Amino acid sequence: MTQKDQNEQDQRVGRSQTKALLKNTGKHGDLFFHDDHQNVYSTGKGLNEAVIRRISRKKKEPQWMLDYRMRAYAAYLAMPMQEWGPDLSGIDFENIYYYNKPTDQKYRDWEEVPDDLKETFDRIGVPEAEKKWLAGSSAQYESEVIYHRMKEEFEKSGIIFTDTDTALQEYPTLFREYFASLVKPTNNKLAALNTAVWSGGTFIYVPKGVRVTTPIQSYFRINMENEGQFERTLIIVDEGASVDYVEGCSAPMYSADALHAAVVEVVIKKDGYCRYTTIQNWSNNVYSLETKRASAGQNATMEWVDGNFGSKTTMKYPSVYLDGEGAQGTMLSIAVAGQGVTLDSGAQMIHRAPNTSSSIISKSIAHQGGRTDYRGTVKFGRKAAGSFAHVECDTILVDAASSADTIPYNTVKNGQVTMEHEAKVSKVSEQQLYYLMSRGISAEKATEMIVMGFVEPFTKELPMEYAVELNRLMKFEMTGSVG
Amino acid sequence: MNELTIKNLHVSVHDKEILTGVNLVIRSGEMHAIMGPNGTGKSTLSAAIMGDPNYQITAGKIEIDGEDVTELSVDERARSGLFQAMQYPSVVPGVTNFEFMKAAVNARRPDKPVSSLQFMKQFEEKRAFLAMKEEVGHRYLNEGFSGGEKKRNEILQMLLIQPNLAILDEIDSGLDIDALKVVAKGVNSMRSAHFSTLMITHYQRLLDYIVPDQVHVMMGGQIVKSAGPDLAKRLEKEGYAGLRDELGLDLSLTDEEEDWA
Repeated sequence: MTQKDQNEQDQRVGRSQTKALLKNTGKHGDLFFHDDHQNVYSTGKGLNEAVIRRISRKKKEPQWMLDYRMRAYAAYLAMPMQEWGPDLSGIDFENIYYYNKPTDQKYRDWEEVPDDLKETFDRIGVPEAEKKWLAGSSAQYESEVIYHRMKEEFEKSGIIFTDTDTALQEYPTLFREYFASLVKPTNNKLAALNTAVWSGGTFIYVPKGVRVTTPIQSYFRINMENEGQFERTLIIVDEGASVDYVEGCSAPMYSADALHAAVVEVVIKKDGYCRYTTIQNWSNNVYSLETKRASAGQNATMEWVDGNFGSKTTMKYPSVYLDGEGAQGTMLSIAVAGQGVTLDSGAQMIHRAPNTSSSIISKSIAHQGGRTDYRGTVKFGRKAAGSFAHVECDTILVDAASSADTIPYNTVKNGQVTMEHEAKVSKVSEQQLYYLMSRGISAEKATEMIVMGFVEPFTKELPMEYAVELNRLMKFEMTGSVG
Repeated sequence: MNELTIKNLHVSVHDKEILTGVNLVIRSGEMHAIMGPNGTGKSTLSAAIMGDPNYQITAGKIEIDGEDVTELSVDERARSGLFQAMQYPSVVPGVTNFEFMKAAVNARRPDKPVSSLQFMKQFEEKRAFLAMKEEVGHRYLNEGFSGGEKKRNEILQMLLIQPNLAILDEIDSGLDIDALKVVAKGVNSMRSAHFSTLMITHYQRLLDYIVPDQVHVMMGGQIVKSAGPDLAKRLEKEGYAGLRDELGLDLSLTDEEEDWA
């Protein structure tokens, strides 16, 4: 069987599995629906220089941005596709829509959003979450952010929360100072592609000393078949400021693949704090290939919290560059891979200043033939004296058809550092299963309880509402794994 | 359930025959104890009754009220009224004791699950009865529990689940006398016309606190003698060798604990 046949078979199986899951699980499976919204503009399938010019013109961008896009495109064409990691040969770049504009304008009131789009985000629960517990909320549909709004009390403090296209227009100096300051187009082929065709994404600036503990959320939704979503997110946390940012994403289930290639840059100045939480719930036809990088200044803290469910293939290794003395970086991630899913994810902690510390805790679960690999990097530079890194990777394999691997890369250029690394791959223990079942609990429920217990260190770090959401997601993902 | 009947039960582990024809009837309301030297198949019998898939039944039957249950999985047997207090209870990190026991109770009432509040009351009542620490509900299942705490936790589960027949597999091992009294208090509180037990033990001591109706002695994978509680006292005095010789059995007795699982 060729890879393509295999992929198609995986998709078919994945689809019918999803259908079966939807029957059983009520609300949650709703995220794989699609709506019939007609986009107001599209560059059509495929990519060339003219497409990039059209995107830039449509957005009324300054010349420098177009020039930058063109340079990135040249870099994209010149770079080979990476050969390490999961197989990406199934991506049909010619068949992808690089820019689809869903509406003529952006909205700040859900009542004004076109009915079909509002209905979609209602089903996902975005307006409801905003009302109940968020400081600000935005929604991207295909290539553009269609809605964003910040509650007045937070807006007053001087925080800028908008979409990245608007930021380029309204805050050109700030934008230009930080855009692509961390992720260069040459970082990897997909980052180059993103830089060439980026659209949408979130822009946040938190001024000096302003601390926002209420989360700000952005939701990214793919609706069309063959959609390419290339959002670009830029977060700047000024000295002594803090922000808690949450992003969610989902897409309908189709036979043709969609591509999500985002770039995220987070700059945290001295004493600043950022927590960046992602709950990815892609359907099993999405390639999600992301580049996420943060820089933490003196005594600043960056925390990535990363939940990965679904997708066809995910490659994502968020990094923290510990650039200031005493900076801290953490990654807490969970990956759940079911049938036809490959999750290749991890984190990178780059210690470049004295007395920096980092911690990576990666929990993954593979079931029904899914594959989860941890791929992580820890580097101690010459100036990293007194620094400390802790890496912990735990994997549970629910059945024999599933697999997992741990691939750590460590570089140490300073002798005065400490590094701990623990990795463990285990099966759902027969004894545990027997014990729970001997109390009358079914095999399925018992497995779910053991797995939920395994990820408990992750869920307890999430805001309450997300923990509930995550538990639902986990249960949804695990439905039908056993029995 | 009213009656558990074990007929000519043969059980193998890793192709080695451990039980060589066990016959036993336990009626509702009866307290049974099984004693016997190490490695004679007592724990194998309890695991086979409960439905541990590592134990293959090669011949014979286990019946509940006349129905063969050997094809039922462990959770199905549990829901039909069986309970096994484990000799070595598993540790399950991340799952709280409270959540686990509530799931166990609710597994028996799928249409009408007990609410957390209701269950909290029951849990608290039984916890206090067994003099367990208040935080025990919030702790992860058996994680960091001492040997005695684990045994009490098994009894706590039994009190909440209210099974018809509880197999207590060496519930007395590793317990000091105070803990043993608490465990016995828990078991005795279950005594009724609808409850029976099968206690597996090495020691007469347990049977001073939980007085059985019948004592069975196992040797060489069979029950070789059954009698009233006095049998245990006699064994305490004379040991198993005396009984073996009286019965004219050709068996060597070993004190080495064998792990068949």
